[in-house]
Amino acid sequence: MDSGMRSLALIGAFVLVVLALPLFVNSGFLLNLAIMVLYTTLIGQAWNILGGFGGQFSFGHAVFFGTGAYAMAVLQVNFGISPWLALPCAIALGALVGLLLGALSFRYGLKGSYFALVTLAFAEVFRILANTFDFTGAGVGLQLPLQESVASMQFATKAGYLYLVLLLATAGLLIAWWLKHSRYGAWLAAVRDNEDSAAALGVNAFRVKLVAISISGALMAAGGAFYVQLFHYIDPHIAYGTAVSVEALLAAIIGGMGTIFGPLLGAIVLQGLSELTRNYLDSAPGVSLIVYGALLVLIIMFMPRGIAGLSGRRA
Amino acid sequence: MLDPAILFPSILNGLTTGAVYALIALGLTLIYGVLHIINFAHGAALMVALYGVYFLHRKLGIDPYMSLPIMVPAMFVAGYALYRGVIGRASHGKDENILLVTLGISIMLENAALYFFKSDTLTIETSYTLSTMSIFGAMISVPKVVAFAGALVATAVLLLIIAKTDLGRAIRACAKERQGARLVGIDVEHVFAMSFGIGLACLGAAACFLLPTYYVNPQVGNGFVLIAFTIVVLGGMGSFTGALLGGFLIGVVESVGGLALGESLGQIGIFVIFIAVLLFRPQGLFGARA
Amino acid sequence: MTATTKRRQFLMSTAALAATAALPLGARAQAASIKVGVLHPVTGALAYSGNLSRLGATMAIDEINAAGGIKSMGGAKLQALLGDAQSKPEVGASEVEKMNEQGVNAIVGSYASAICLATTQAAAKYSIPHLVDVGVADQIVERGLKNTFRFGPGYKIVTAAAINNLHIMNTVAGKPAKTVMIIHEESLFGTGTANLLASQLPGLGYEVKEIVKHANPTRDFNNIVLRMKSINPDIVIPANYYNEYALLLRTMKQQNVKPKAVFSVLGGAASSFKFVKEFSDAANGVIDVNHWYNPKDKRAHALRKKVEGMRDQFYTYEVFLNYQAVYLLADALERGKSAKREDIINALTGSTWDKHFMPYGPTKFVNGQNTGAAPLTMQVLKGDIKVILPNTYAEAEPVFPWKA
Repeated sequence: MDSGMRSLALIGAFVLVVLALPLFVNSGFLLNLAIMVLYTTLIGQAWNILGGFGGQFSFGHAVFFGTGAYAMAVLQVNFGISPWLALPCAIALGALVGLLLGALSFRYGLKGSYFALVTLAFAEVFRILANTFDFTGAGVGLQLPLQESVASMQFATKAGYLYLVLLLATAGLLIAWWLKHSRYGAWLAAVRDNEDSAAALGVNAFRVKLVAISISGALMAAGGAFYVQLFHYIDPHIAYGTAVSVEALLAAIIGGMGTIFGPLLGAIVLQGLSELTRNYLDSAPGVSLIVYGALLVLIIMFMPRGIAGLSGRRA
Repeated sequence: MLDPAILFPSILNGLTTGAVYALIALGLTLIYGVLHIINFAHGAALMVALYGVYFLHRKLGIDPYMSLPIMVPAMFVAGYALYRGVIGRASHGKDENILLVTLGISIMLENAALYFFKSDTLTIETSYTLSTMSIFGAMISVPKVVAFAGALVATAVLLLIIAKTDLGRAIRACAKERQGARLVGIDVEHVFAMSFGIGLACLGAAACFLLPTYYVNPQVGNGFVLIAFTIVVLGGMGSFTGALLGGFLIGVVESVGGLALGESLGQIGIFVIFIAVLLFRPQGLFGARA
Repeated sequence: MTATTKRRQFLMSTAALAATAALPLGARAQAASIKVGVLHPVTGALAYSGNLSRLGATMAIDEINAAGGIKSMGGAKLQALLGDAQSKPEVGASEVEKMNEQGVNAIVGSYASAICLATTQAAAKYSIPHLVDVGVADQIVERGLKNTFRFGPGYKIVTAAAINNLHIMNTVAGKPAKTVMIIHEESLFGTGTANLLASQLPGLGYEVKEIVKHANPTRDFNNIVLRMKSINPDIVIPANYYNEYALLLRTMKQQNVKPKAVFSVLGGAASSFKFVKEFSDAANGVIDVNHWYNPKDKRAHALRKKVEGMRDQFYTYEVFLNYQAVYLLADALERGKSAKREDIINALTGSTWDKHFMPYGPTKFVNGQNTGAAPLTMQVLKGDIKVILPNTYAEAEPVFPWKA
């Protein structure tokens, strides 16, 4: 599997570069940018697993993000549990929500637009619930008390956060790699391309999709958990609002759905564009978002395979 | 709380609010029924229409109801052009692509509005915006009653167009069997564009009825999009009567739910219905498709 | 996917990243200018308030520069570094990072409590002095951050004043009001305020019959007003943002619901000239306990005239709080004679600035909170907003209860 080894090598090289970054880059701003790029890669990859590799477009991926974020916050704030323990719990919870949502939606045969809508509806339901209960802080949200130490996963230097998100994003990249080069990944691709044919070939489409959505949910929840550690604050709007759902799918689609590095490329483009517009057009409110929207439309119209697809070959 | 003196006005309010929701959903269901696309830009388009009504009133002094003959055709043209120029070109045959293109358009529209109009919340005042009328003892706001009547009329007009006109026949043909329609010489792209245009024209009407009781800022569309989807799915994708009745039902559910559970939690009723319908009866109440 | 394409992908991504890193970061540094970060949500859901906030800050900066800059530093001018938090805390924090790179000396912002929480924390990492313009959540100044300074009051102080004034007015009128209904927006500001009210009102003999929470945005207040009709509270206490406040009051007017008083605490529209102008009918008689200027101070009125002379602008608390935050900073710079961050922090910590037109007395910061900060109680009377309490600042007698 020559190409498989090459991709792995590329992932490895990428990890090394990011690991070395804090040694060469002093600028807090650039390190922050790197962190945001990796964070966007993480959530984009999460969407990519289900949407790009699995062909099930979700418009409500925030449902997993918020679950991970709240799990992380609630366990620490309400129960005093160490974030290093809370993180795997958050990830597991994300997978669980994915499993349940998937079981419900796929069991009833929801596909395409219907599936996209139901994920949106679930995200809204969760938002309303988070907004109602006291243990999630209701409308006020939850704030992590400031406590800089490795034990509380609040790092004094940017490097700490960079490495944490690198760990999570790399996990995402590796999972994507696995999907490209494993039998399960082949099944998933078959289900994506033509579910009926795949079923006819003996693939258990239901189970395959279920695994995909669970993994996707887990990764997205990791993103949510990381968000809480970075910003120390979560509320129903941030957790379950459409902004994060849109950001995840934008990164994956612009970068290239169904590819390993697509979300990374998309993340770079999005964050880069955001900085560009804020720098050169900063007197104009909302311009970077207009550009995102336009980019999305243009990419779908002319480059549906995204930037990764520019390389020509079907990734 | 649930005594009739409170419940009755609440239900009436729900019906009137639902009427406006229905008007918004009508356009969406037409677009879905014919083009099989979920128009994510529907909320943003409503927002654009609301700005249109606002500026017609503010700059030219035109009463919102009087702007109907301006807004409806204008939105129609905008819809036609949008379809022809962007959406039609982007599909490449995949429904998911259109989903994303309309999402992209909605992001652009919302932020363009932000850029041009800032984020001020704009309202209009007319002689009747604050007046109420008594219906069997319940005080209902006049513009809402007008909206109710308007929604009924709009639905009737739409049904007539679809049932009786040549265009309507062509629309039905394209909705049922795209290839076949093409084969018998129908300009499918044109029909699609017409349908999209009509869908947006409904928003033009909705905006005229909505602004007197509401406000406009670049984010208003977001609040309506999900509700519109719920109604469309509930009523059945492609069914106008479904959208109308679905609108009323959702309006009442929202109203009574808000009364019973509080405004925030009350909203949950809408989405629970949405999910339930999607799972258990995706064709909705009146929809006729697999 | 071949190796070449993968490599190409990877190179493209590193190139893109490098290209972004090489971008000039926007601010043009001038000799001896003091960089003041002006950070607000000028886009997104809070853009209306964010833009007004930015207006207040930039007006002050322009005025100070026009009057000769910071005199003790050789006339050094203030240079505004404008930031947009896009109504999101994480974006606000990222803007702080950027400003840090640009060598910002102090930051003024970020209007909303949630955003302030993030920006003050980000600034703390680099010891950047951060003046909080509005953000009323008390957590903002309760985290032991040495760089955070809030000139205005938090909601604990405001609510305490509100309850106190309500009780005074009620007692003077012979205690006609006994029951209360609270309507609040569901996020940090509204919930916190409502909780405080609910916990303290019963102690003074008021019965809180109902607390209603609503979303932002809320399209329809008919249900809430129907509930109000059936509960028939003596006092309605709203705590929400502009849009919802306006809609609530209009609906109450429509449904003919007339409580003995509409008593807002940090009411979104109640102390807004825009609201009073656009909905004079619904606004009349409304009481609000909110940030307000000292009505006896000529400078406050001069600024009001200046702002109202601008197109489509209203003189709101966002404007004058930011305006004065910048002047507070200028005072610290004058006294400290230094633009170094630690020196500004020290100057602010020991600040006793009294050249403002707020009803605060000289500033005194304890743990970042200006202890003299307090709200005023206003009432909309005859189409204008008048201060009714406390007596030292009153412009008119309170009308309580309100007879519509």
